[in-house]
Amino acid sequence: MLDNAASITLSAQHLSREYHRHIAVHDLTLQLKQGEILGLLGPNGAGKSTTMRMLTGNLAPDTGSIEICGIDLLDNPKSAKVHIGYLPEIPPLYTEMTVDEYLVFVAKLHRVEKRSVAKAVENSKMQCGLTDRSGQLIGTLSKGLQQRVGIAQAIIHDPEVIILDEPTVGLDPNQVKEMRELIVNLGQSRSIILSTHILSEVEAVCDRVLIMNKGKIVLDDLLSELQRKAVGLETVFTQLTQIEAEHH
Amino acid sequence: MILTIAHKELKTLFVSPLAWVLLALIQVVSTWVFLGRMDAYLHVQPQLLQIANPPGFTEIIVTPVFGLAALMLLMIIPLLTMRQIAEERKNHTMTLLISAPVSMREIVLGKFLALMFFLLIIIALLVFLSGMLSLGGNLDIGLLLSCTVGLFLVSCCYLSLGLYLSSLTAQPVIAAISTLGILLGFWVFELASSTHDGWLHYFSILKHFEQFNHGLLDSFSIFYLMLFTLFFLIMTIRHLDGERLHR
Repeated sequence: MLDNAASITLSAQHLSREYHRHIAVHDLTLQLKQGEILGLLGPNGAGKSTTMRMLTGNLAPDTGSIEICGIDLLDNPKSAKVHIGYLPEIPPLYTEMTVDEYLVFVAKLHRVEKRSVAKAVENSKMQCGLTDRSGQLIGTLSKGLQQRVGIAQAIIHDPEVIILDEPTVGLDPNQVKEMRELIVNLGQSRSIILSTHILSEVEAVCDRVLIMNKGKIVLDDLLSELQRKAVGLETVFTQLTQIEAEHH
Repeated sequence: MILTIAHKELKTLFVSPLAWVLLALIQVVSTWVFLGRMDAYLHVQPQLLQIANPPGFTEIIVTPVFGLAALMLLMIIPLLTMRQIAEERKNHTMTLLISAPVSMREIVLGKFLALMFFLLIIIALLVFLSGMLSLGGNLDIGLLLSCTVGLFLVSCCYLSLGLYLSSLTAQPVIAAISTLGILLGFWVFELASSTHDGWLHYFSILKHFEQFNHGLLDSFSIFYLMLFTLFFLIMTIRHLDGERLHR
């Protein structure tokens, strides 16, 4: 257990966040180990996006603390953010830039050393299958390719923690397959949080599942554990998220 | 990091036709006025010689060109600043900047610096235009310098106000129109305060520019314009930082 403690990359303690008296996230505690792929599930409005925005420093929590690789995100945002790669639901792309221009800018923005920028760009393009698109304007790319540029942007600085918000939306079945392979590959040495609505995707890619409902964690378990208990993810999901709904 | 952001802003500015159209527009209009004033000067030159202490050609030609440039920039800068924060927010690219290991201060200063550089190009072209007068006579360098400094400071004020209003909204058009509205308000201030010298005098940034335009380097005006710029830059940074906390 002590060995495990050393390789914790992300640790969030008792996070809460309110919007105009509506509680979006309530007392969320989450730890992520190196080499772990966490599937974040939940119905719309469960607080997944709020959680991810807090973990990436886009939103400050009302209470609680976040540590990325042992660095406090709220006290020391600049050093902590170096270790995070984030792909929001809508990829943050400058449509008037070419793929290369964009990735070079993102690499510099994430403090990649000057002499390794070119290498980092090449590397991320290769991983996302964008090598033959270098000079193309992002605005002219198809939605699937834009999504890949979004992922290239999230991994370019080789972060320890990668947070992906519905990364396979808009991809064709082949691209989905490639994307999943990429995620599994990345997950071998890094921690990944994958938010999605597709249950089979979690089953195909993730080691651990976290289901949120109404701002709280209702399930946090290893996928192998669920399989051992012989309960399907879909049954668990509907049970946990609908029982809650009946109470209200 | 500020320079990385500034570099990117300039690049995106110059790949769009907007920057080139604006540069061309300013150049055409100010050259037109320049030639018109030169024509007028040549007409009245014989009469001027009879006056004991006649105004020089710098005063007759250069001053109005810079005065007009200040008004043109008042209308053009809102178009530039609206593209900064409001458009980033509308295109959801603000997330990229916020998630990156850069502070709000660096983001805002980077954007400000890029636009300031664009302004310097415009001003340099105007100085070059006026400088050509030295081919035909003795240019009043002091007056030209004071006009240049004044134009630069007043347009920095426009910029920082525009950036602040751009940070308040996700609609670029609203950012542009509100900036234009407030700047026009300052202009009206100036018109009002020129009829009766009241307290309004001190608030209008254009009134302060007028001092420079008459060749008067007033330290109070310099201080006021710099303070104005700084104030709205700090407001922008504070607003963007606050957004993470409250919304």
